[in-house]
Amino acid sequence: MTLLSVQNLRAYYQTEAYGISRTVRAVDGVSFDLVPNEIYGIAGESSCGKTTLIKVISGNIKPPLKVLEGSVNYSFGEYKVDMLQISQSELRQNVRWKQISYVMQGSMSVLNPVRKVIKTFQDIVDTHERIRDKNKFLKQTHTHINRLGLPTDVLNAYPHQLSGGMRQRVAIALATVFQPALIIADEPTTALDVVVQRGVLHMIKDIQAISNNTVLLVTHDMAVHANVADRVMIMYAGRIAEEAPTESIFNAPLHPYTQHLINSLPVIGEKSTKASLKGSPPNLADPPSGCRFHPRCPYVMDECRTVVPDLVTVKERHRVACHLVEEASL
Amino acid sequence: MSANGKLLDVQHVTVEFHIGGLVGGTLLTAVNDVSFSLESDKPEIFTLAGESGSGKTTLSRLLLRDLEPTRGKVLFEGRDVSTIRKRSEFIEFMKKVQPVFQNPFDTFSPLRRVDAYLFDTVKNFGMASNRRDAAEVVDDALRNVGLSLDEVRQRYPHELSGGQIQRVSVARALISKPTLILADEPVSMVDASLRMEIVNLFQKLRDEQKVSVVYITHDLATAYYISDRIGIMLRGYIVELGPVEDVLERPAHPYTQLLKESVPEPAPKSRESWAKHIELGITEVKEYGRIGCKFAGRCPKVMDICREADPPDVRVGRQTVKCYLYSEQTTKADTGTQS
Ligand SMILES: Nc1ncnc2c1ncn2[C@@H]1O[C@H](COP(=O)(O)OP(=O)(O)OP(=O)(O)O)[C@@H](O)[C@H]1O
Ligand SMILES: Nc1ncnc2c1ncn2[C@@H]1O[C@H](COP(=O)(O)OP(=O)(O)O)[C@@H](O)[C@H]1O
Ligand code: SF4
Ligand code: SF4
Ligand SMILES: [Mg+2]
Ligand SMILES: [Mg+2]
Repeated sequence: MTLLSVQNLRAYYQTEAYGISRTVRAVDGVSFDLVPNEIYGIAGESSCGKTTLIKVISGNIKPPLKVLEGSVNYSFGEYKVDMLQISQSELRQNVRWKQISYVMQGSMSVLNPVRKVIKTFQDIVDTHERIRDKNKFLKQTHTHINRLGLPTDVLNAYPHQLSGGMRQRVAIALATVFQPALIIADEPTTALDVVVQRGVLHMIKDIQAISNNTVLLVTHDMAVHANVADRVMIMYAGRIAEEAPTESIFNAPLHPYTQHLINSLPVIGEKSTKASLKGSPPNLADPPSGCRFHPRCPYVMDECRTVVPDLVTVKERHRVACHLVEEASL
Repeated sequence: MSANGKLLDVQHVTVEFHIGGLVGGTLLTAVNDVSFSLESDKPEIFTLAGESGSGKTTLSRLLLRDLEPTRGKVLFEGRDVSTIRKRSEFIEFMKKVQPVFQNPFDTFSPLRRVDAYLFDTVKNFGMASNRRDAAEVVDDALRNVGLSLDEVRQRYPHELSGGQIQRVSVARALISKPTLILADEPVSMVDASLRMEIVNLFQKLRDEQKVSVVYITHDLATAYYISDRIGIMLRGYIVELGPVEDVLERPAHPYTQLLKESVPEPAPKSRESWAKHIELGITEVKEYGRIGCKFAGRCPKVMDICREADPPDVRVGRQTVKCYLYSEQTTKADTGTQS
């Protein structure tokens, strides 16, 4: 059973300024599935297209972002949604918050600074559906907040009275009141200290355990994936480099970029020099030919410069895009 | 060079903010009696780490003269920075002390192209005499951070990703060839590889160009990797300070111990221990207002005395620790530290 199926997705930013047009190929041929009840991590360096991918699958497609090719299909039980065809009103009424919640990068800003937290909850619900029964909604919110271990007095606080970590937990609570089938969290803990980060991620795991929904967790922090995700996708320059269960990604990475990512992580207690990759991060307005990692890859071969490696299945649930690996006959 | 041989000398600074209404509000002491210094002849990378909302950014705003301390003094090259008044003096100061901010989107206005900022900086500090030279200075600075002028020319901040824009702001800070960089969460938005690139760059600046860096971060692993000393902040206080190896390998303060134990290890084997539930501070205002040790509400080793008055600063090995566990007033019995 799949919850989301993304096929051969291409989404580009097309801008035009002073007669110079620029196409940024932020998502360039991405295919993957999400199944119910899993925590799926997306990692990859900054500007490799993670947020863009999220924007498309959550239906936030606005110019200059354009989808050129591919499909994004959801199955919420019997209710099927084609994200590239759905109308704005249906998206608003039936999908957002109910089926898909999106905790954005820096989402603390979803809380209105001049309104009490509970009012923001109501405002958001109001714009999506009339709250027919205000008391019922209040009760539901209280129960949810309690269940997540947050003190209910946060509901009567103004955002500035809460710490960054508490604001982020409130934003996540807000996103999950209706127990959506999919929770998308883009860098939810990037600005937080490690203690608070741990608390926020525990909360995401708790929510997932209670409601058995699917969580799509985007962060470049590999240590977070190691501790939270069931499966991990590694993106490089708008494409998938590797996808595998967390154990395999960390213990037996096959793509040279994944290997580098894992080996470059500093750890406390070890001062040896950690090299960064040679060369610059790819420019997505003019990506390298063939394998996009080839200018920085220590194992580059001739064919890598011209032939784009396919993402092939090398083991059960393990896909890699690199000429060094062979497709398995499963 | 300064009279006392110090590049930066922070002396007992305190910053109080008035919060709540004009009447009946309370005072929040965001920075509380903090002291530390950096030597002139020994460039170093000094990390400030700790809880979100513990006063790190407020402290760095003090160092940048963006804020006046309520009490205490900040000396840069021996001079009290609050006495800098003239514009020319301020420009000289800014040339030497350059910030890199936490949120790059605050540095760049959404309505201006990012390269314009870089050219402005070159012009304001008189780093080039014509447009061609300026372009070279800008391109050099960008190449230091893995970008180039060609890539950012004509682009607006929203057209760059979080990591790209942060690298542009590090590049901007390098333009005036500063002696002190104050970097507030400079790598929080970039991935491991680039993160290493930027911190390796700080190391290179320290070793080759004698630039000191005050590195504010939540990332204890990179702090361990590049810094010489580290100060751990909690609710306005520096609760532990010392060489980074000592503080992070053998943390003495219970908060530092919790902090270290919460660093997720980049390996799935640590999942279980990391998943152990922890208690978080409820609201920061409440903890700030607490009498005695600010950590008492969450400390596994709390004693009665901890709730009575501020703990003293105690020397433990090469570190200074603000905690009753190590003071004369309490028994020596349970001072064993673990890591
Ligand atoms: N201008 C201000 N007015 C009132 N309170 C403030 C002001 N600036 C900061 N504070 C408060 O002072 C405390 C310290 O904030 P600060 O931004 O210095 O924390 P920080 O350590 O940099 O946190 P983070 O790790 O999240 O960046 C917080 O409680 C904050 O809300
Ligand atoms: N609104 C936009 N207009 C033009 N280009 C953009 C826009 N948003 C992002 N980009 C570009 O798309 C690429 C991918 O960005 P993004 O998806 O934000 O990366 P990530 O989330 O992985 O850091 C980057 O090259 C970025 O500069
Ligand atoms: S395809 Fe070639 S260049 Fe790309 S990762 Fe594999 S070996 Fe390296
Ligand atoms: S002073 Fe007391 S409460 Fe504070 S950290 Fe030390 S033992 Fe814990
Ligand atoms: Mg992003
Ligand atoms: Mg800060």
